[in-house]
Amino acid sequence: MSDTGAPTATAPAQTPSPAHMAQRTPRTPVEVTGAQSLVLSLEAMDVDTVFGIPGGAILPAYDPLLDSVKVRHILVRHEQGAGHAAQGYAAASGKVGVCMATSGPGATNLVTPIADAYMDSVPIVAITGQVNSSAIGSDAFQEADIRGITMPITKHNYLVTDPAEIPRVIAEAFHIASTGRPGPVLVDISKDALQARTTFSWPPRIDLPGYRPVLRPHSKQIREAAKLIAAAQRPILYIGGGVIRSRAAEELRRFVELTQIPVVTTLMARGALPDSHPLHLGMPGMHGSVPAVTGLQKADLLITIGARFDDRVTGQLSTFAPEALVIHADIDPAEISKNRKADVPIVGDAKAVLADLIEAVDNDLEAGNGGDYAAWRERVQGWKQMFPLGWTEPDLAEDDSPLSPQFVLQRLGEIAGPEAVYVAGVGQHQMWAAQFVTYERPNAWLNSGGLGTMGYAVPAAMGAKVSQPDRTVWAVDGDGCFQMTNQELATCTINDIPIKVAVINNSSLGMVRQWQTLFYNERYSNTDLHTSHAGERVPDFVKLADAYGCVGLRCERPEDVDDVIAQAMAINDRPVVIDFVVHRDAMVWPMVPAGVSNDLIQVAKDEAPRWDREESEAIEQDPDADHDGR
Amino acid sequence: MSTHTLSVLVENKPGVLARIASLFSRRGFNISSLAVGETERPEISRMTVVVDVEDLPLEQVTKQLNKLVEVLKVVELEPSSSVQRQVMLIKVKADAGTRSQVLEMVQMFRAKVVDVATESLTIEATGNSDKLRALLDVLEPYGVKELVQSGMVAIGRGPRSITDRALTKVS
Repeated sequence: MSDTGAPTATAPAQTPSPAHMAQRTPRTPVEVTGAQSLVLSLEAMDVDTVFGIPGGAILPAYDPLLDSVKVRHILVRHEQGAGHAAQGYAAASGKVGVCMATSGPGATNLVTPIADAYMDSVPIVAITGQVNSSAIGSDAFQEADIRGITMPITKHNYLVTDPAEIPRVIAEAFHIASTGRPGPVLVDISKDALQARTTFSWPPRIDLPGYRPVLRPHSKQIREAAKLIAAAQRPILYIGGGVIRSRAAEELRRFVELTQIPVVTTLMARGALPDSHPLHLGMPGMHGSVPAVTGLQKADLLITIGARFDDRVTGQLSTFAPEALVIHADIDPAEISKNRKADVPIVGDAKAVLADLIEAVDNDLEAGNGGDYAAWRERVQGWKQMFPLGWTEPDLAEDDSPLSPQFVLQRLGEIAGPEAVYVAGVGQHQMWAAQFVTYERPNAWLNSGGLGTMGYAVPAAMGAKVSQPDRTVWAVDGDGCFQMTNQELATCTINDIPIKVAVINNSSLGMVRQWQTLFYNERYSNTDLHTSHAGERVPDFVKLADAYGCVGLRCERPEDVDDVIAQAMAINDRPVVIDFVVHRDAMVWPMVPAGVSNDLIQVAKDEAPRWDREESEAIEQDPDADHDGR
Repeated sequence: MSTHTLSVLVENKPGVLARIASLFSRRGFNISSLAVGETERPEISRMTVVVDVEDLPLEQVTKQLNKLVEVLKVVELEPSSSVQRQVMLIKVKADAGTRSQVLEMVQMFRAKVVDVATESLTIEATGNSDKLRALLDVLEPYGVKELVQSGMVAIGRGPRSITDRALTKVS
C-alpha cells in the first residue's frame, strides 16, 4: 500500500527523503521544498498518522508524504471522516490528531469536525492546501477562505504563503492545540508555498507572546476552596471533560477517597471516576440519573472541575443548584462565571488543581477541620437505591421489535468490558451508551458532546482504533448517524482497522421522534428512515457491511444479543457491523424537558420521582431536610 | 447598558482585526467605535474599542479577547483616568450671510476650518464624544452636508504605559 511508505531509494536523487533528513534535522539546515518542509515538520513533531484526502492545492504535500516512513497517511472517503478520525485518535490517546485536505470543498468539509473539536476541546491540527498566493481573493477554482471560515471555531489558525514559515507554524500549531485548553488549530498553506524552495531547520523558534495558559492554580484560591469544602454540609463534585483531557482521573479518585464527597461525571467526563465507585452518582443533565441531577439541585456546594455549566447540564439556569455555593476550577478563565457565577474561581489545570486541593484538604483533616458529610452521603445513597437507571420492556405491538436498545447497550458494555473504547454518535443511542455502559477508566468513552454531530461515531472509532490498536473499539451508532459517515468502513477495511459497529436501529431519527412523541402530539414529521420496520430495509445494513468488506450481522431478539456480540468480538481481521433492530418507541429516561428546572426531572413519561415519601424518610436522617440552612 | 472603552494590544499581523471584530459580533456585542493603529513598537498594534454592554458580559468578552493568541493585553480605560479623543470632519453650509456665525461656533469649540468654499466650510474638530455632539448640535441649523468621524482613541493618564507593561510580561 502506498501509505506505508516507499523505500527511500525511489526518491529523486538530488532531494533526500524526508525520513532520511529527519534523522539529521536538529543539526543541519537543509534545502527542500515547502512540501518537504511540511512533512519533515510533521515527522519532527512525532506524527505517526495523518487522515486525509489529496486534491489540487495540497498535491505537492502528498508527494513527499509517499516517501515518509514515519508518517502513515490514511486515505479516507470524505474529509469529514478525516477530521473525526483525527478527533478519535486524539481523544482515545491524548495525542494531537492530524487531518489533511485540499483547498475549497476539501477544507470546508473539515469545518464540522473542527467545530466539534472546538466545542469538546480536542487537540487536532488540520492542514489544508490553499490556491496559489497570487490567486487568493480572486475566486479561483477551489478557493475558499478557510482561515476566515474557521476563525470562530478554531483555537487559532494560520494562512502560510511563505515556505520559510512552515516549520515554525507547524510547531506552534501543535503547541497551541495540545496545551492549555486543548482545541483545533488549522494551518492553511498556499500551493506556491508548498512548491517553492526553502530551508528546513529544526527546532524552529516558537514566537507566541500572547499565548500564556495558566496551569498552576493560585494558592489563595485553593485555600478559599478548602474553607468552603470544610464548611459545607452537602458538597458534590461536578466533574467535566477537563478532568479527562488533563489526565487527572487518579487525582480525582484520591480526592474522592480523601473527602468522601459524592461525584457526578458529565457526558464528557464519563470514566473520570469509575462508575462502580460507591460515591459515583452517574451523569447529570437532561438525561442524567435521578441521584446525579437531584444531588446537584440539593447540594450546598458545587466543586466544579473542568466543566462549563452547559445548558444540557443545568437546564433552566436560574433554578440550577439553587442552594449551592460554587467553586469553579477551569483552565480556561472565560468559562469561569460565564453561565453561573463562581464564589471561588480557580484558574488552572484540573490535575494541578486537584493535587493542590488534596494537599489543602489533607492539612485541614489533620488539623481536625474536615467536613462531615455522612448524613448527605446517606441521602444520596438513598436516591441511588430508589432511582436506579432502568427501562420498560416493549409492549409487543404489531410490527415492533421485542429488543430493548438499553438491554443491548448494557450487554455490550458487560461483554466488551471496561478496557474497550466506546464511540457514540448523537441521539438516543448516545444517551443509552452513556447510561448503560459501565465506564471504569478515562478515554474509554468518546462522543460528540458539545456540537452534537451526527456521524461522529464510525470515523472517530476508526481514529481511536488507529491510536489504540490493541483495544477493542466499538462504534455505537444510530441508523440515522450511521448513514452520514458509514463510507469510512471502506477505509477501515482497506487499511486493516478492524472496528466494530453496533447500529441501534430503530428505523428513525430516534431522539427527534422522542421529542415528537412528547411535545408534538406524536406527529412524526420526517423522522422515519425506513431502515428496519414495516418490512423495509433501505439500506439493508448487513448487505451494506458486506459490500464494504465487513462482516454484517443482525440481531432482532433479546435472546440473541449475547451470541451476536460474542461473534463480533471473535472477529479481528476486518470490521464488523451488527444491525440491532430495536423497539422503535423506546425512549431515553430520565429526562428534564428543555428549558425547565432540573427539579422537574421525570423518570419515565409523566412520572416524576415521589419526593414526598423519600423526603419524609430523609427528615429522620437529616436535621436540615428542607435544606434551607435553618 | 453602559459604555466601556477597551484598549487591546495585539500583534501587528494580517487578520487580527477580523478576529477581534468577529469575536465581538459572535458574542452578540455591538462595537460603537473602533480605531486601530501601530504603536511606538511597529510589531504591536493598538485597538481602541468602545462598546455598550453590561459589566458581566463585558468581563466575558474581555476574557474571550485575552484567549486570542495574537492579543497581548486588554485594558479597560475609565473616562476619569484617561484621555479619550475622536476626530470629526464636518462640511457645513455657509454663505456670505452665515459664514461669520459658523466661524464663531468653530472658535468657541476650539475647532479648525480646514477647507473653505463659496457655499460651505469644512471643519475639523477633536474631542470626546460629548463635545463633538455639542458642536454638531449648534452646527445643525446651518445645514450639515457631510460628516465623517474617526474611532475613539484613548490613553491612560499618568506616567505608566500599558505597552511597556505588556511587553515586560512577554519577555
